[in-house]
Amino acid sequence: MKADFIRGIRHGIPIALGYLSVSFAFGMKAVGDGLTWLQAVLISATNLTSAGQMAGLPLMTGGAGLTEMALTQLTINLRYGLMSLSLGRKLDESMGTLQRLIFSFANTDEIFAVASSQPGKVGKAYLYGLMLTPFAGWTLGTLLGGAAGTLLPAFIRTALGIAIYGMFLAIILPPARERRPVRFVVLTAVALSLCFRYIPGLNRVSSGFVIILCAVLAASAGAALFPEKEGGAP
Amino acid sequence: MSWRAFLPYVAVMAVVTYLIRMLPMTAFRRPIRSRFIQSFLTYIPYAVLGAMTFPEVFYSTGDLRTAAAGVAVAVILAWRGRSLLTVAIAACAAVAAAQGVLLLI
Repeated sequence: MKADFIRGIRHGIPIALGYLSVSFAFGMKAVGDGLTWLQAVLISATNLTSAGQMAGLPLMTGGAGLTEMALTQLTINLRYGLMSLSLGRKLDESMGTLQRLIFSFANTDEIFAVASSQPGKVGKAYLYGLMLTPFAGWTLGTLLGGAAGTLLPAFIRTALGIAIYGMFLAIILPPARERRPVRFVVLTAVALSLCFRYIPGLNRVSSGFVIILCAVLAASAGAALFPEKEGGAP
Repeated sequence: MSWRAFLPYVAVMAVVTYLIRMLPMTAFRRPIRSRFIQSFLTYIPYAVLGAMTFPEVFYSTGDLRTAAAGVAVAVILAWRGRSLLTVAIAACAAVAAAQGVLLLI
């Protein structure tokens, strides 16, 4: 139990490091846009989502309606719904309703990715450890960025920007190397993502929605072409 | 920004984001029979991360060249199965090194 908790904390460290840099940038931008550092930290502590928060800032400062805010968050963050559905299958019996109510708050892209990549089912102790370090990193980074954004040398801030993607690659490449279906799904998703980025017209689709489209199309193609064996391990 | 204007926004953001994450994890708990949906949900994380990483990673440092150095190092180490932290730190170090090289030339 305690070992699982510590393992979760350890697995959360690279996520927290990546978050520190991203939320640092968010805190800096929020204060630059006219929020107080406390308001910036409050957003991070209650939302825990980089894309949603970044999109929310101009809406706030521009005085947008609450409906527009809600719809924007819904579109950008809809992918979490898919992730929660997927991760819900991996939780063991220690994750009752109350635990799910608590843990789902922290189901970010990265926490989801690390939890999903664990062999077998995952339980309460591990997941609480896994959500703790990234949550601390995300709020602390926002605080530091909001309070002291200009103090850190630029080259360090820049280098930290890639941390989160290095982590993503470490999650997807080993299974992509070993399993052809995963390789197919990853390459399909990447190809679609490139299309949505560079093809005129397609590149006007909002970033949150692009991720949903790419993921649903690539995972559907994978599921159609490579259905898992009955009870097969993921 | 005044707290009076701020609080409704942050409440809406937080509630919408939480409901999206919470409902599918708590409400749908019966085992899934469909092989297609099971496979779909297995593949979703890889698809999401692939789409989120490319091409975005190449813009993550503000300079295509330093980002490419970071990607190259990360891909090699990740392909060899190194840990998340190792890959993440090595990618940052490669970006920092590339920035240094660019400053020198």
